[in-house]
Amino acid sequence: MNTATTAAPSTRTVAISATGLRKSYGDKVVLDGIDLRIPEGTIFALLGPNGAGKTTTVEILSTLIAADGGEARIAGHDVAAAPDAVRGRIGVTGQFAAVDGLLTAEENLILMADLHHLSRDEGRRRSAELLERFELTEAARKNVATFSGGMRRKLDLAMTLVGRPRIIFLDEPTTGLDPRSRRVMWELIRDLVTEQGVTIFLTTQYLEEADQLADRIAVLDHGKLVAEGTAEELKRLIPGGHVRVGFADETGLAAAAGLFGIATRDDESLTLQIPSDGSVANLRAVLDTLDGGGVRAESLTMHTPDLDDVFLTLTGRQNTPTTQKESNR
Amino acid sequence: MSTATLTPAETTQPAKPRSYALRDSMTMLRRNLKRLQRYPSLTITIVVMPIVMLLLFVYVFGGALGTGIGTGADRGDYTNYVVPGIILMAVTSGAITTAISVCTDMTEGIVKRFRTMSVSRGSILTGHVLASVIQVAVILVLVTGVSFAVGFRPDASPVEWLAATGLLLFLSFGLSWMSAAMGIGAKTVEAASNAPMPLTFLPFLGSAVVTPESMPTALRWFAEYQPFTPINETLRGLLLGTEIGNDGWIALAWCTALAALGYLWSRSAFNRETTR
Repeated sequence: MNTATTAAPSTRTVAISATGLRKSYGDKVVLDGIDLRIPEGTIFALLGPNGAGKTTTVEILSTLIAADGGEARIAGHDVAAAPDAVRGRIGVTGQFAAVDGLLTAEENLILMADLHHLSRDEGRRRSAELLERFELTEAARKNVATFSGGMRRKLDLAMTLVGRPRIIFLDEPTTGLDPRSRRVMWELIRDLVTEQGVTIFLTTQYLEEADQLADRIAVLDHGKLVAEGTAEELKRLIPGGHVRVGFADETGLAAAAGLFGIATRDDESLTLQIPSDGSVANLRAVLDTLDGGGVRAESLTMHTPDLDDVFLTLTGRQNTPTTQKESNR
Repeated sequence: MSTATLTPAETTQPAKPRSYALRDSMTMLRRNLKRLQRYPSLTITIVVMPIVMLLLFVYVFGGALGTGIGTGADRGDYTNYVVPGIILMAVTSGAITTAISVCTDMTEGIVKRFRTMSVSRGSILTGHVLASVIQVAVILVLVTGVSFAVGFRPDASPVEWLAATGLLLFLSFGLSWMSAAMGIGAKTVEAASNAPMPLTFLPFLGSAVVTPESMPTALRWFAEYQPFTPINETLRGLLLGTEIGNDGWIALAWCTALAALGYLWSRSAFNRETTR
């Protein structure tokens, strides 16, 4: 009965799948054909800037709105054809804490237990268990209106967990939280997957968050998935790190830009980004080139590739035009 | 290809039992009653208005208006005349809370949470409407109490009291559904609290404070045919023994129409607002 699944990792059950999801509001295309395939027991992050369509994706997958085209299945159930079966398996924590501000934390949890049709005793037990786990026991009988942002989010997540959902949607779960609360949320999210094997669909605009939590990351921009893979895979998509050299004035910047083959120039901050593998030899070469050209640099920082680079490269949100000069050697 | 979605065996689940609709509605009702309890200023605001009106009409206008309802009538007679109208006003202003509480929910995101859960759809609004009716019942007790204190002397039998209460709660039920629909459509809570306002003034344009016979023709025509006049006359008949005639049936018909219209309107507004 409870023997390990015979399936190899590649045949893991698919928790969330979507093909060609489309949604427009009037003329504005919000989702332009999204394909997803998320195995059970993994954390998937949908990364994108504001307005990329992250929330719309969550709203379609969680049965809140209907897609204009395409198909989505949650735990094998079609979101459009069997929304109630989907709702019975998911938990959603939205961007804005959906808690009842006039009730206490405990009452909010019991409300959820009642709506999941748990018995009175079971509801109380579940509520106490979640309060304890989320370190809200002391505040259990306080009105939620008095809670800090971090506590509200924790309660929001706890409410989502009352029904023991197997698939959890977290729409920007840490937006607006202070760094400490953010780390607490991350811990809670990780524990859910490791202890209970739930599947998590996370949206975020923080690259660090996706990097920290997700098994797989998809980058959404203007309603299209522009890249998908593990954090490592995505980082490999861009050539490498760079050295950022700052100059005192534009003359210096212009002179330096002329010295390097491939470099990205930022006129606003008077810096030049020069591709680099981060080695000492490479760094020395950069400095030698600058010296050789008689250009005085003000500052220098090393930058190893992170998801920010991937993000900026893929979504084209680099804030300066790239000047790629022919080699002048 | 090699990836497998869940087998159909796992996906087949019994259709959601209808009985959950009632259970979910009761859960929502408990939630809303708790909210009303935590936020008493809303109830106080709504109970104060009819009481102020009552005092105003009895002590300020009562002496002068008394003569208008019949020869030889005094302030005491006028008190008996005006109280049913004031009670009606308490019911209409009580309905405003439904719009406010529905709108608050819609704008605060908790409805989104409910909608991602396997919760009976109708229970969300039903909970609000039932809570509002219970709140109106409390308001009615308070307003009637004050009415007695200022000299209201009805001669109703227990059965008539019961019928009057039933009529008022039925009216409150219908108005709450109308108000719920207005709450869904409103963009802000302020707008939601203003939308049902005209309903609160409608009794004044009927037989609530003066007899329609004393009004100009056009207004009198309106007063005689608008829903609150037959309701008011029925209430007056039940409490004070005046002639009810056809007004009883007309009142019931109006209440049924309000409830049906309000229910359908709010249901379609809810679906429209939430599926975009």
